[in-house]
Amino acid sequence: MDIPLMDAEPIWISLKLAGVTVVILLVLGTPIAWWLAQTRSHYRVVIESLVALPLVLPPTVLGFYLLIILGPHGWVGGPVKALTGSTLSFSFLGLVLASTLYSLPFVVQPLHSAFESIGKVPMETAQSLGASRLDAFFSVITPLARRGYLTAIVLGFAHTLGEFGVVLMVGGNIPGKTKVISIEIYDRVEVLEYTQAHILSAGLLIFSFLILVIVYSINRKLPMQVT
Amino acid sequence: MDLLEAKFKIDYPGFNLDVEMRIPSKGVSVVFGPSGSGKTTLLRCLSGLEKPSLGYLKIDGHVWQDEESFIPVQDRKIGLVFQESRLFPHLNIKKNLLYGYQRTFPDERKLQFDEVAQVLNLENLLQRRPEKLSGGERQRVAIGRALLTSPKLLLMDEPLASLDMQLKTEIIPFIKKIEKEFNTPIVYVTHSMNEVLQLVDTMVILKAGKVENIGPVQEVFSDVRLREAIGDEQLGAVLETLVTEHDESFGLTKLDFMGQVLHVPRQHIPVGHSLRVHIHSKDVILSTLSPAGATSVLNVLRAKVKKVGELKPKGYSVDIELDAGRPILATITRKSLSKLNLQPGQPIYAHIKAIKMMHELEGL
Repeated sequence: MDIPLMDAEPIWISLKLAGVTVVILLVLGTPIAWWLAQTRSHYRVVIESLVALPLVLPPTVLGFYLLIILGPHGWVGGPVKALTGSTLSFSFLGLVLASTLYSLPFVVQPLHSAFESIGKVPMETAQSLGASRLDAFFSVITPLARRGYLTAIVLGFAHTLGEFGVVLMVGGNIPGKTKVISIEIYDRVEVLEYTQAHILSAGLLIFSFLILVIVYSINRKLPMQVT
Repeated sequence: MDLLEAKFKIDYPGFNLDVEMRIPSKGVSVVFGPSGSGKTTLLRCLSGLEKPSLGYLKIDGHVWQDEESFIPVQDRKIGLVFQESRLFPHLNIKKNLLYGYQRTFPDERKLQFDEVAQVLNLENLLQRRPEKLSGGERQRVAIGRALLTSPKLLLMDEPLASLDMQLKTEIIPFIKKIEKEFNTPIVYVTHSMNEVLQLVDTMVILKAGKVENIGPVQEVFSDVRLREAIGDEQLGAVLETLVTEHDESFGLTKLDFMGQVLHVPRQHIPVGHSLRVHIHSKDVILSTLSPAGATSVLNVLRAKVKKVGELKPKGYSVDIELDAGRPILATITRKSLSKLNLQPGQPIYAHIKAIKMMHELEGL
C-alpha cells in the first residue's frame, strides 16, 4: 500500500509547483513583457538578456548560484532564516523561487511578442475613448494577447513540470517535500524499478502531448486580429 | 469662446513642425497639405497622443496644454478617427460603440446610443463582429464610437482615404450630419481636396511643417498665392447659395447668391436649402458689355475688378481678382486683358461657363 502513495506524492508536488510558479510568473512576467514591448530605454537589451539567460545556462549553474543565495548564509536565505527560522534551500518555497527564475523566459517571451504584435494602436485608441492605461490594458490589451497568454501558461507550466537539474540542486530530493516527478523517475531507474518509471514517464508524455494538442486547437479557433 | 488656439514645435531628425494657428472651434476645419507636411503630427499633438517639447493648446477658453499643464489624451474629451477604423477585434459592434460611452460620465453624455446608431445607420450591424463588416461600415462604426464619448472636438485623419468613391459618397453625408446635428467641431486632415470641398468651413494649409495659410474656404479658393498649395484645378471660387425656385419647364433650379441669380440643372434639394457651388477660374469669362444682348451663357454675375494679377513675361494667362460680394478669381489670356483694358474698381460682367454643385458626392 505504500508504493502507490509514494507515486502520487511527487505528481502532486510537481503539479503544485508548476501551478504556483505559473501564477507568480504571470503576475511578474506581464509588467516585464509590457515594459520590454514599450520601452525605448537602453536598458532594454540588458533586461531582455537577463530574462533569456535561463535558456542558455546549464541548469546546474543556475542551481548552484541559487543554492548559495537561498542557503542559510546566502543574501536571501540568510535573512529569511533569521526571520522565520527555516531555510529556503531544500524547501518547497525555495523550489518555487528557483522555478520562477528558471521558467521566466518561457512566460515573458510569448507575452513580449504578443504585446509587440498588438502594437501601439489599440492602447492609443482605448485612451482616446477615455480609458486609463490600466483600464485599457485589461479591457483591450489582455484580450488581444490571449494567444500569448495561453502559450505562456502552457510553456511555463510544462517547462516547470519537466525541470530536473535546478530542482535537484536547490530542492534536494526530500520525499513529500521537494521530490517531483522528474526526480522520482530518475530514482526509479537508478534502482531498476522500470515499471514505476514507465508509468510515470508515459503519464508525463501523454499529459504533455494532450496539453499541447488542446492549446494548438484553441489557438486555431481564436479570431485573428483585424484593423 | 468658440476658438481653438494652438502652438506646437517639434524637432525630430529630418522633420520639423512649427505650427501656430487660431481657428474657430465650430464647423469643419480642414488641415490640407501634401504628405510629409506634418498634418498627422499636428493632429496627434491636438489629441494629446504626441507631447511636443513646446506646446500650447486652448479650446473654448480651456487650456489643454501649456508649459505647466498637459491634459492626457484620455481626459481630453476628443474623438479620434483614423484612416483604418481601429475597431477592437475582440468586441462586437455594439460593444465597440459602447466602449467610450461607458467611460464617459453620465452627466457628460450629450449623445445617446440610439440617436447615433440611427444617424449613422448602424442598427443592423450591432451584433456583428468587426471583421464581418465592409470598409465603409467599419468606418461608420469608428465614427459612431468616437461620437459616443460626446467629444468637444472630433479629430479625423484621412478617414476616407482607404475607401473607394462609392464608400466615400456613403460616408461624407454622415460627417456633414454630425457637424450639423450634434454640433461637434471637426478637424479633418486630408491631402485630397475633392473629398472635403462640400464640408469645409475653415482651411488650414500646411507646407513642410509650417502653416502656409488659414482662412474661410470662400477666401482660400480665390487666393492666387495658394495656386501651388491647393492646385491649379481647384482655384476659382466657392460660393454659398440658397435654392429659391425650381423651374420645371426648363429643368433648372434657381439659386440666390448675394441677391444675384444663378441657374443650375434641376437639383433635388428643397427650396430654402443651401447649396455650395465651386467655380473654376478658367470657367469665368469677363465682359464689359451688359448681358442684355444675346448670349448662350446662362449665368452672369455683376462684379467689380479688384486687382489685376501680375503679368508673367512668358505666360499667356493672367489672374483677375473680382469682387461679387464674395471674391471670385478669373483666369483670362493676356491678349483679352489688353483688349478689355481692365482697371481696379471697374464694373464687369462675369460669365460663368460651368458650375460644380458640391452636394454631388452625396448622390442625391
